[in-house]
Amino acid sequence: MSETREPRRTPRTWRDAQIVQLTLVRFREFLREPEALFWVFIFPVLLTAGLGLAFRSKPVDTATVAVVTADIHAPPHVGELLTRSKSVVVRPMTVDSAMEALRTGRVALIAIEDLGGRISYRYDPARDESRTARLIVDDALQHAAGRVEPVATSDDYVTAPGSRYVDFLVPGLLGMNLLGSGVWGLGFAMVDLRRKRLLKRLIATPMSRPQFFASFLISRLVVLSFEVIALVGFGVLVFHVPLRGSLWSLLFIAVFGALSFSGLGLLVGTRAKTVEAVSGLANAIMLPMWVLSGTFFSASHFPDVMQPFVRALPLTAVNDALRANMLQGASLGAVMPQLGVIAFWVVACYAVALKLFRWR
Amino acid sequence: MQAAVHKSAALVVRGLRKSYGDVVAVDGLDLDVGAQECFGLLGPNGAGKTTTIEICEGLVDRDSGDVEMLGRTWEQDPKALRQRIGISLQETQLSDKLTVRETLALFRSFYEHPHDVSHVLAQVQLEEKANARISTLSGGQKQRLAVACALIGDPELLFLDEPTTGLDPQSRRQMWDVIDKFRASGHSIVLTTHYMDEAERLCDRIAIVDHGRVIARGTPRELIASLGAEQMIEFASEGTAAIDLGELRQLEGIIDARLDAGTYSLQAKELHRAVPALLAYLASRGAPLTELKTHSATLEDVFVSLTGRHLRDE
Repeated sequence: MSETREPRRTPRTWRDAQIVQLTLVRFREFLREPEALFWVFIFPVLLTAGLGLAFRSKPVDTATVAVVTADIHAPPHVGELLTRSKSVVVRPMTVDSAMEALRTGRVALIAIEDLGGRISYRYDPARDESRTARLIVDDALQHAAGRVEPVATSDDYVTAPGSRYVDFLVPGLLGMNLLGSGVWGLGFAMVDLRRKRLLKRLIATPMSRPQFFASFLISRLVVLSFEVIALVGFGVLVFHVPLRGSLWSLLFIAVFGALSFSGLGLLVGTRAKTVEAVSGLANAIMLPMWVLSGTFFSASHFPDVMQPFVRALPLTAVNDALRANMLQGASLGAVMPQLGVIAFWVVACYAVALKLFRWR
Repeated sequence: MQAAVHKSAALVVRGLRKSYGDVVAVDGLDLDVGAQECFGLLGPNGAGKTTTIEICEGLVDRDSGDVEMLGRTWEQDPKALRQRIGISLQETQLSDKLTVRETLALFRSFYEHPHDVSHVLAQVQLEEKANARISTLSGGQKQRLAVACALIGDPELLFLDEPTTGLDPQSRRQMWDVIDKFRASGHSIVLTTHYMDEAERLCDRIAIVDHGRVIARGTPRELIASLGAEQMIEFASEGTAAIDLGELRQLEGIIDARLDAGTYSLQAKELHRAVPALLAYLASRGAPLTELKTHSATLEDVFVSLTGRHLRDE
């Protein structure tokens, strides 16, 4: 009897604190779910790779030109001159194949040299690409032939890399990924705990409810730093996406945005009792934002009437702030309007969710 | 105040009522559970046992009535009460991806003066499964782990809701051992069950609950003695039409008789007089026996005699 009444008790350490144990449980459940790891880390990287490859842009000032010489056996004089220019890609062709190449977009311009050494350009003036090629090719040709510019000029680029589609895409995918893992991470977890009646079991103990919710946020924040590193790191290493703003600001925007998305997730999971219910709610919240919030194309394409609504969405704010930071090097001060929108969502979601939250 | 009167009581419930819409789940229920007592709520499914126990556990709000345990009420000091009671709910699924030890470490972290994980593992005989994922445990092992989660905080009062429902006989006996050990440590237990043998085996005192009320209470021995009959006789006959229940009740040594699904069931005081009297009666009516059984009276018979229904009917 004395043995059961006074069992030996080990002194408590930091590991016995409930916030530590609750957070450890979150990590264990996440790491022991291989599918979750795929959707959070691998999928966004694959998506970036796919879209980045499909929409990769050629250097801006390169023109592809088909060169046709009247005498196929004569050395192509024009082609020789043009190959000296770095801005021009030369493809020697016959007239027929050159026309075919122009129609299918493989070349932007055809340069035809007649027996007298005169050059004529053949192209569709409605095509921007062709008009540009016409200017570049003519300029390169005249220059190579010895034209001396009457006025000395030089180029000073202000918008070179950072304007490609992949540069636009990476911050948007990061925002979308943070939204997905926040809404799924919290919404699904809450419903799962409620469905198994574990929430009810937990409030039957003296567990601290604030620490319970805090453990979800802490684990989210740790996982999200890896999400940011995986996606941004991939974009920087493979596609040379610029990181012009401070990394701390970038992380701050990501953390703050993720906090609002976790709030949405908590809101989705406040009352739902089945996985089906939470899936429907989560998709109803996320799908409109994927379309409207400028993930794959700029939100400014939407009509002016819609803009106030579009700008008020949390994902729009996060995407805009991430892009301003990464592509334009904006400081946190410069994205205050976006941070304000995010702050509104953080306060609103948690206030409503904690008020409505059902433990059983 | 009642607090002074019931200072030594583990749990006192007075006039408890709870309705869900039009359905009355608990209808004016009183309970007194003493210190160091194992108290059982016995009744069929839907009798209001779980609602009652969950109100006592502070998980369900009551419509009216008083609940006081360990000298406190939920309104006075919920945090202190949570520290001092242990709870095992019906149908909790612990997280499959965690191990037994991890689960207990989590629950341990909620309490101010908990047991060590290893101590509780030994109490519920799960030491060998300490590092196994919960998904790999059998039903009985999961149920013992659920009780371990209730024990880890070193509670003074333990609530167990249907601790052995759905378990095989061996797992039930293992669970009974766990409950016996906790009783031996001098604390109180309130458990619900619809198994009469479990109530008889484990409980010092029992309240039989039906339709949200206590219809009988006492020690298992007192309740059985209240029948006035120590023995039960069950028989079936081909000549049912010739047998009259009123006449059966008049036979020597027979206290009561009822007909239930073709089987007659008699409460008997003295088997050595009752059986010959019954045989003589059946012979005089030309009703040959097809089956005859006798057994000692149980809590099941008490329930049938009080309600006319069996515990497992519902």
